[in-house]
Amino acid sequence: MKTLGDAWSWLTDSAHWAGDDGIWHRLTQHLVLTVVCLLLSCLIALPVALVLGHLGKGGALAVNISNVGRAVPTFAVLVLLLLTPLGTWGEGPTVVALVLFAVPPLLTNAYVGMRGVDRSVVQAARGMGMTGGQMLWRVELPLALPLVLSGIRIAAVQLVATATIAALAGGGGLGRIITAGFNLASTPQVVAGAILVAVFALLVEGAFEVAERCAPGWARNRGRAG
Amino acid sequence: MTAPPDDCLARNEWICGEYLSTRRQILLDAVVQHLQLTSLSVLIALVVAVPLAVLARRWGWAAGPVLALTTVLYTIPSLAMFSLLLPVYGLSPSLVVAGLVLYSLTLLVRNILAGLRAVPEDTRQAARGMGYGPIRLLLTVELPLALPAAMAGLRIATVSAVSLVTIGAIVGFGGLGNLIYTGMNTYFKAQVLTASVLCVVIAVAADLLLLGVQRVLTPWERATRAARP
Repeated sequence: MKTLGDAWSWLTDSAHWAGDDGIWHRLTQHLVLTVVCLLLSCLIALPVALVLGHLGKGGALAVNISNVGRAVPTFAVLVLLLLTPLGTWGEGPTVVALVLFAVPPLLTNAYVGMRGVDRSVVQAARGMGMTGGQMLWRVELPLALPLVLSGIRIAAVQLVATATIAALAGGGGLGRIITAGFNLASTPQVVAGAILVAVFALLVEGAFEVAERCAPGWARNRGRAG
Repeated sequence: MTAPPDDCLARNEWICGEYLSTRRQILLDAVVQHLQLTSLSVLIALVVAVPLAVLARRWGWAAGPVLALTTVLYTIPSLAMFSLLLPVYGLSPSLVVAGLVLYSLTLLVRNILAGLRAVPEDTRQAARGMGYGPIRLLLTVELPLALPAAMAGLRIATVSAVSLVTIGAIVGFGGLGNLIYTGMNTYFKAQVLTASVLCVVIAVAADLLLLGVQRVLTPWERATRAARP
């Protein structure tokens, strides 16, 4: 209990919020990193998944990439990238590692969503004389959207978690408060940082949950893949 | 003074046979620690998850809160999870195990519950009609039929645990993660690459092992697949 009280007083000390090591700065870093990487990985994963799903090819590849992604420790990839020439380029290793880990859930969910579209609906669209592109945009994508969106949600939450680990390898973000706490042997700071990170992750998950509830019925989550 | 040896260690190369031969004991110790932490936490999680899932199946109202709680736990990043448990366990291996148990629990409860729910009602009725009591029904009908889903969850949990152990390096109990962490600070390429590759090898080996166990435990799956035209 005493530790929690100490962590609370650490959090409420305004000196810990300002400055380059302050909570506001770390929070902004975390948010920017997450958003930039989410956009980047969507740009990479979604076009590939949608086209492969439309053509019905490469399904095993999409699912296997997702499984392999789980077996590779994020931390190891981060450190490996850090030791390559990329490491001299500021946040480079962090961004690359984050994108690598956000792509598999996006790819798998979008692919599975596209393949899950009722074949008879697709055939009806073809019967109506739609071209491949029209079918993709106006029939398959809207129907696959719930799974695509749940892939984005999984990727976003995973990005928040991974951006935390980046601090272990000297990157920015909220995790930095925890690692700094370890270096100072200050348990209150470690716990305070952990609370901040946990609350941030839960807020992101919560925001997606709310967005999903408010979405029109057809865009709502029917289930998850991967 | 003798000149420093001109081997791959001195040149700090990524792949280095010299490293493997000179640090064999260190690598072995790290692998053993990695395996211990992973298997212990997955086993504890399994022991806790089965009754939780069975209870959530029996009492419908319990399923909602159990699933919500496990989702919330899974959302918390691993570094934060280990740090939050710090005041409880201190800097010890139990800290890492406790964090991993919480993560594995989430995946296991979800999958076992899904497996139990997927048991066809007809099957349950048939067993009841044959005079099976609730315990016998659970042990000889429901749990075996839930096995494929449960094993899928177990495989995901194990593979994730193997990779999450590395984060334990922050408290000094991360198995191969320790080697990655120190290798990062000293810019020791061979150590980082070797430890990372070993992590993936352990994850893949554990996955294959569990796949084998699943095949042995569910012979009927293969029988029905073979019988299908």
